[in-house]
Amino acid sequence: MNKCMERIYNGIVKENPTFVLMLGMCPTLAVTTTAVNGVGMGLSTTAVLVFSNLIISALRKIIPDRVRIPAYIVIVASLVTIVQLLLQAYVPSLYSSLGIFIPLIVVNCIILGRAEAYAAKNGPLESAFDGIGMGLGFTVGLTSIAIVREIIGAGAVFGMTFIPEDFRITIFGLAPGAFFVLAGLTALQNKFKAPSATNGSAAPSKLACGGNCMTCSGSACSANHAVLEEIRAKAEAEAAAAKKAAAEKAAAAKKAAAEKAAQADKQE
Amino acid sequence: MSKLLNVSASPHVRSSETTRSIMTDVCIAMLPATAFGVFQFGFHALLVLIVTVAACVLSEYVFQKIMKLPLTVSDMSAVVTGMILALNMPANIPLWIPALGGIFAIIVVKQLYGGIGQNFMNPALAGRCFLLISFAGKMSDFAMDGWSGATPLAQLKAGETVDLAAMFIGKIPGTIGEVSVIALLVGGIYLAVRKVISLRIPVTYILTVAVFAFIFGKQDMSYVMAHICGGGLMFGAFFMATDYVTSPITPKGQIVFGVLLGILTGLFRIFGGSAEGVSYAIIISNLMVPLIERYTLPTAFGKEGKK
Repeated sequence: MNKCMERIYNGIVKENPTFVLMLGMCPTLAVTTTAVNGVGMGLSTTAVLVFSNLIISALRKIIPDRVRIPAYIVIVASLVTIVQLLLQAYVPSLYSSLGIFIPLIVVNCIILGRAEAYAAKNGPLESAFDGIGMGLGFTVGLTSIAIVREIIGAGAVFGMTFIPEDFRITIFGLAPGAFFVLAGLTALQNKFKAPSATNGSAAPSKLACGGNCMTCSGSACSANHAVLEEIRAKAEAEAAAAKKAAAEKAAAAKKAAAEKAAQADKQE
Repeated sequence: MSKLLNVSASPHVRSSETTRSIMTDVCIAMLPATAFGVFQFGFHALLVLIVTVAACVLSEYVFQKIMKLPLTVSDMSAVVTGMILALNMPANIPLWIPALGGIFAIIVVKQLYGGIGQNFMNPALAGRCFLLISFAGKMSDFAMDGWSGATPLAQLKAGETVDLAAMFIGKIPGTIGEVSVIALLVGGIYLAVRKVISLRIPVTYILTVAVFAFIFGKQDMSYVMAHICGGGLMFGAFFMATDYVTSPITPKGQIVFGVLLGILTGLFRIFGGSAEGVSYAIIISNLMVPLIERYTLPTAFGKEGKK
């Protein structure tokens, strides 16, 4: 279960899809005009992401490697159709304000990215939790951008008015404002060194290739992923053993010194 | 004797011109238009000018202090940005709006991209467009007591006739700095005589607008003249399109840049939804400058041209 919680933390903070991975920028910039849209878009994507990760992970040994992308697309598109019909039936206002961006969830790079990078290599349970983490991270990203944009651009958020009409800066509700706010929030995230995969808080690997399979594009590398992990684990175990041995040695030396001192005391 | 043997690294040709002296010249050249604007629109125009310049200089100073960068406030470039921005404001604007524009121009457009010499578009104009989109109503409210609210270009667009002599002198509604053609020409000629700007960009720009208006507008001399004298064209051509950082340095490139500006301005004015298009034309052309320079690089001395 610990692994599952780690996945959620990883999705929301460490590899936040909006502020760290910079994935899914198209809906991020387009639908964050109001906070409600941001939450709606984020949660719809989360729903699709959880189930697509679950199904793809369960089918990962059945899907032939050469046709995996079309297979993923079929799974994701079916899920998106379900979400779209549900939204249309139960929250028609959200459905109409999100518009074309609901069907476009099919080609959202977070979903294909997680399918390729995680679900295709890990078990169904972890993959589902990875989907929850990434989806919530995306929701948090969209909602925070949307709240800032709506407060500055339209003066009100969730129906609460903050800024009188004369002082609203309309450009924040338009396309340039999305870029300003996204850049500003990403800069803040970097400035305060929130733990993430990109700002140097992750421990550097001792492997020759850097060991960071996330930024690696070579297919040979991803095939060797398991081997790399093994080597890394071995190296870590060796380092730990060496450290333990050194500590034991030091302790023994200390003990010997203490005994010596005690003997000296006795002689006196 | 020791002077004769003095060996130094290049450059060997030096000039007494500095950023500061050039920027001071630009400020002096804007003074006639500023004086006319203050004379025509009254004390509030002067307040707008002071607030905008102060906002620009202060935000540059504060940003460089916080980021621990070398201070470049004394090179006058922030003052020029502030003056251009202020001259682009309607006179009766609430003072916090130009202040916000100045802060945006200096911090977002200039300093975040690396300070003077690094900005990819004219900071003052980017600030102006930021305000124009954000506060469309206040930024295009040219109504003065005793004046009609419509600018000559808006009247032209509505098919009315305009008074050319009034446009030349500046007895028309508009932003603080753009109204008086004659004051702007004086400033432009001063810059050209002092060799601060070359006339390639302004002349090709204005000529292209004239030709465009003649072909696609009305085949009528007074209509074409109104397009040349109206709106921000004179101000933009002499003071904003010639900004060193955001205009091409190659002579051929400057001509291409001027023509591009003219075509865009003509398109926006005659076919666009708004009556004016100089600001957007200049900032869009600013983005093309690296491309223009790449294709108009002169052949280096000693290298033969392509056969």
